[in-house]
Amino acid sequence: MNNVDPLTDSVIEVENLDFYYGDSQALFGLSMVFPRHQVTALIGPSGCGKSTFLRCLNRMNDMVDISRMNGSIRLDGMEVNSGSLDVIELRRKVGMVFQRSNPFPKSIYENVVYGLRIAGINARDVLDETVENSLKGAALWDEVKDRLHESALGMSGGQMQRLCIARAIAVNPEVILMDEPCSALDPKSTARVEDMIKDLREKYTIIIVTHNMQQAARVSDFTAFLYEGVLVEFGQTDELFVKPQNQQTEDYITGRFG
Amino acid sequence: MKQFCARGEPQVWIAAAALAVTLLMAVTLIVVVMINGLGAFWPQRLATLDLNSGQAVLGHILKEEPLPYKEGTRLQLKTGNRDLYGLDFRWIERSKIKQIHYQDDVAVVERESYGDFYGLLTAVVLPQKTVQSGNLWQELERGREDADQVSDKVDKVTGQIEELNYALERRYKQIQKLKYEGVPETSAQRRNLKHEVDELQREFQVLVGKQHALESELHEYRAHFADINGRGVEIPLAEIMRYYKPNTMSLFERAGVYFGKLLELFYTNPRESNTEGGLFPAIFGTVLLIFVMSLFSFPLGVIAAIYLSEYAGNGPMVRMVRIAVNNLAGIPSIVYGIFGLGFFIYGLGGTIDQLFFPERLPTPTFGTGGLLWASLTLALLTVPVVIVTTEEALSAIPGGVREGSLALGSTRFQTLVRILIPMASPGIMTGLILSMARAAGEVAPLMITGVVKLAPALPLDGQFPFLHLDRKFMHLGFHIYDMGFQSPNVEAARPMVFVTTLLLVLIVLTMSGVAIRLRNKMKKKYTFGTF
Repeated sequence: MNNVDPLTDSVIEVENLDFYYGDSQALFGLSMVFPRHQVTALIGPSGCGKSTFLRCLNRMNDMVDISRMNGSIRLDGMEVNSGSLDVIELRRKVGMVFQRSNPFPKSIYENVVYGLRIAGINARDVLDETVENSLKGAALWDEVKDRLHESALGMSGGQMQRLCIARAIAVNPEVILMDEPCSALDPKSTARVEDMIKDLREKYTIIIVTHNMQQAARVSDFTAFLYEGVLVEFGQTDELFVKPQNQQTEDYITGRFG
Repeated sequence: MKQFCARGEPQVWIAAAALAVTLLMAVTLIVVVMINGLGAFWPQRLATLDLNSGQAVLGHILKEEPLPYKEGTRLQLKTGNRDLYGLDFRWIERSKIKQIHYQDDVAVVERESYGDFYGLLTAVVLPQKTVQSGNLWQELERGREDADQVSDKVDKVTGQIEELNYALERRYKQIQKLKYEGVPETSAQRRNLKHEVDELQREFQVLVGKQHALESELHEYRAHFADINGRGVEIPLAEIMRYYKPNTMSLFERAGVYFGKLLELFYTNPRESNTEGGLFPAIFGTVLLIFVMSLFSFPLGVIAAIYLSEYAGNGPMVRMVRIAVNNLAGIPSIVYGIFGLGFFIYGLGGTIDQLFFPERLPTPTFGTGGLLWASLTLALLTVPVVIVTTEEALSAIPGGVREGSLALGSTRFQTLVRILIPMASPGIMTGLILSMARAAGEVAPLMITGVVKLAPALPLDGQFPFLHLDRKFMHLGFHIYDMGFQSPNVEAARPMVFVTTLLLVLIVLTMSGVAIRLRNKMKKKYTFGTF
């Protein structure tokens, strides 16, 4: 760890966040910060609200008609939970990688530049450069550099997931949200994605939801433990896993429930 | 037994049997239509039947069947020569026939009117000479070549006359309009028009004179034929479409005649109240109808489905609309026809006439059946199919792809255009195929919205505005109905009914085939690989 306390330099600050699906409340008064250029893992048993929380950060829950959000999320001082926010702009700053890889039925090249094209960037040299950098960033370049214009649907599962990560970093976001990115991958692919996450920390802030305790311990700098919509404990991963402050956290990470 | 059932084998057998029955029915239908339709053009041998009475009968033997209420059998013959006998089919009892033999010199002559002539060539009349002996057929052929040159000239003059007619028609309409608007006859505008009309009419008279002269020249080329009993007929050479001597032909020559006749179907106009000649206007009308119909129903259906699936949500109102759309597909097609007549023709068409063509009333322009209204009626009929299939295709796209696109900062519209529509395109194509097949098979709604037995002109021609959507048109489906059930000469029309049916099936198959190929191409491009 650095000498400077990373908690003082945060990208996202969440304050008193409540979230509802219709009448049922999913998140209860969450408050925490996500430190810049660090990997933060969100852990907790199924249904504890970690995915919901993640999706609040780039307003993906807007797609659910009956959802409602109270409280404040600030991204570099900009209020995310506000009606006047440009959601498109927000999502460009906060990229997302999903549990199941979801490449578009286009070529590998077009998948990577999709974010740029919809933003109206069509200059060939810019696109070419972005493709190379993004694919290198996602540790995929060497495998696909000779078949950039073939369909992305012909790749392996692990490659597809890395392509989705490349697609997310192509638009140069501040933050990348990852919703259990390795749950559909085999151990080898998982290891590659984890290595990549560690490298990406140099440039991006990463927030990763995971079921896998070992993974959280391996890749993250900070860990937040959620239980039934409440933030139980948040701290540096080394400390949280070695000597958790809370009994529930200890029970969960030692495998007594969840 | 119980164990046997539990393994599920009988269920598989029942399913297989159901499939087999369905296939069998479809195949039987196609085979029957093909045998009857494709067999009709094969040049068969002409039999001479010497009767006990001393008379002879010449014709194709079609079938032999037992006499009703009596011992013995009877033969059905196609005897042709409708101008001589009145009917071209005859039943003859077997007991009245002395012998059946096949003469080498009898010929089949296909001509423009009265159907085929069966008999012998006796003389060829040419402008300078009359040939009664020697190689008559060679003379006939030479005469036809000369006559063809004359008839080409006639066609050219006829074409000029048609153009003049069109020009006159346009000026008559202008005059009609000016008269309606109250412009006096003494105005310069009307005097000019009148002058032009006079000029055109003078030209018209000259051309008609020329046409008459050419026609009488053409009439100097004639051939004399005699039937088997010696009754003579004179046929102008220009009216002979084709002739052959079926009893001396080789298999190869027969095949030549067969394919010649088959090809003729595609490019010639019908003759003899549709029982002979080609099907070109009907084929053209059918394809154009389906095409124009697709232009209306396809965009409308796809856009409606996109709204329903992507934007409308899932409230009670939307659910009701969805049920209503599904039920629309089940309404009897004649009801659509009546709606088309009431709403499109009388309502819309009548209004258009009053607003834009009031001078021509009470003669309707758009207020009567036509290609446009028939297409719109069929579009209405097929739009539910497009909506349902498109909606299904859109909802089959995994939600992750939508989220993936939105998470990259795209708007819903960008996601729709760049991701969802391409991915749904195979499904959308399926909808198009289904709607085209449905439209091609509909006859009932067309009968009251613009189909006719014989259309004077194609809906597409070289005169501005080229595509005449207000014109009435011919259609293969209606052609089948008309020949099979409305024809004065049902026996003669029978082969054409089958041929037309076959052709309609072929057109539907071809159009679907093209669409299916397109769909498969898209499918390959847009389907997901598996993990």
